[in-house]
Amino acid sequence: MATLKVPVTPEDHIQGDPNAELTLLEYGDYECPHCGRAHPIVKRVQKHFGRRLRFVFRNFPLTQIHPNAQAAAEAAEFAGANGRFWEMHDLIYENQERLSPPLLLALAEELGLDPPALREALAAGEFEPRVRRDFLSGVRSGVNGTPTFFIGGQRHDGPWEFEDLVAAIETRRALV
Amino acid sequence: MANILERGTPAPDFTLPVTPDQKLSLGEVKGNPVILAFYPADWSPVCGDQMALYNEVLPEFQKHRARLLGISVDGAWCHSAFARDRRLHFPLLADFEPKGAVARKYGAYREGDGFTERALFVIDKTGIIAWSYCSPVAVNPGADGILQALEELPR
Repeated sequence: MATLKVPVTPEDHIQGDPNAELTLLEYGDYECPHCGRAHPIVKRVQKHFGRRLRFVFRNFPLTQIHPNAQAAAEAAEFAGANGRFWEMHDLIYENQERLSPPLLLALAEELGLDPPALREALAAGEFEPRVRRDFLSGVRSGVNGTPTFFIGGQRHDGPWEFEDLVAAIETRRALV
Repeated sequence: MANILERGTPAPDFTLPVTPDQKLSLGEVKGNPVILAFYPADWSPVCGDQMALYNEVLPEFQKHRARLLGISVDGAWCHSAFARDRRLHFPLLADFEPKGAVARKYGAYREGDGFTERALFVIDKTGIIAWSYCSPVAVNPGADGILQALEELPR
């Protein structure tokens, strides 16, 4: 079974208690419709486990089939550098159907971030290395498409409906 | 699953259409490592994901000077439409006539189905198979095995 080759570090985007006993990690693409569908499911899973679960998101944009995925990932990283990663992450997925460069700037404004600074960061590729690093860590760990979930460092294969993820997390918890 | 050619076997040479009016031989790309990715069909969902993934990982393959060749029994016109639609930046070879002849040489043809296995080969610069892997047809094998095989090639 595929395992997570690059462990979670404080550099990662971690939601919930950093020392939680359970970890759900997603490699996702902001323009991938399946990831868009997974977004509310992950929210429900987080709510279900509460403080026992931390959620980690890593970028895995398929830039050639999703022309806005790279910019969206970099915009989320830009927000992250300003302490607003998760707000941006949620807003992008909630507005996925109309994802475009102007939308990213509008979302930045909505969060009180500086849209011209985001435009510059995108033009300069300031967060490109970070996004690529996430992507390559996924490739190394056997990520073959999006979304790919890891539960406690093991790749979760198969369906990822709410019940599937909850069951997989419970199983993993019983093992450790 | 088929018995695909294993590590240590000389890679059978072939010449196949790479566009409707151009052909490519394995011999032509010798001197550098070659990644040969057999896949069942253009347009099918898993294949699309696999080729989309390799498209993104290309710069890593290129760091090893490796050339990626996709190969299926689809015809050259089908390949060119698929490659354009998915913005693929590597060649797709048409193992179309006689159908699956190259796949058969590599042990990667599925007789009953009439298409190829999802089989990966890393061929070293001298033309010897350095690594091979046959994935269940419905499973996208990812790129981690290829990268590891490239890293283990003698310089």
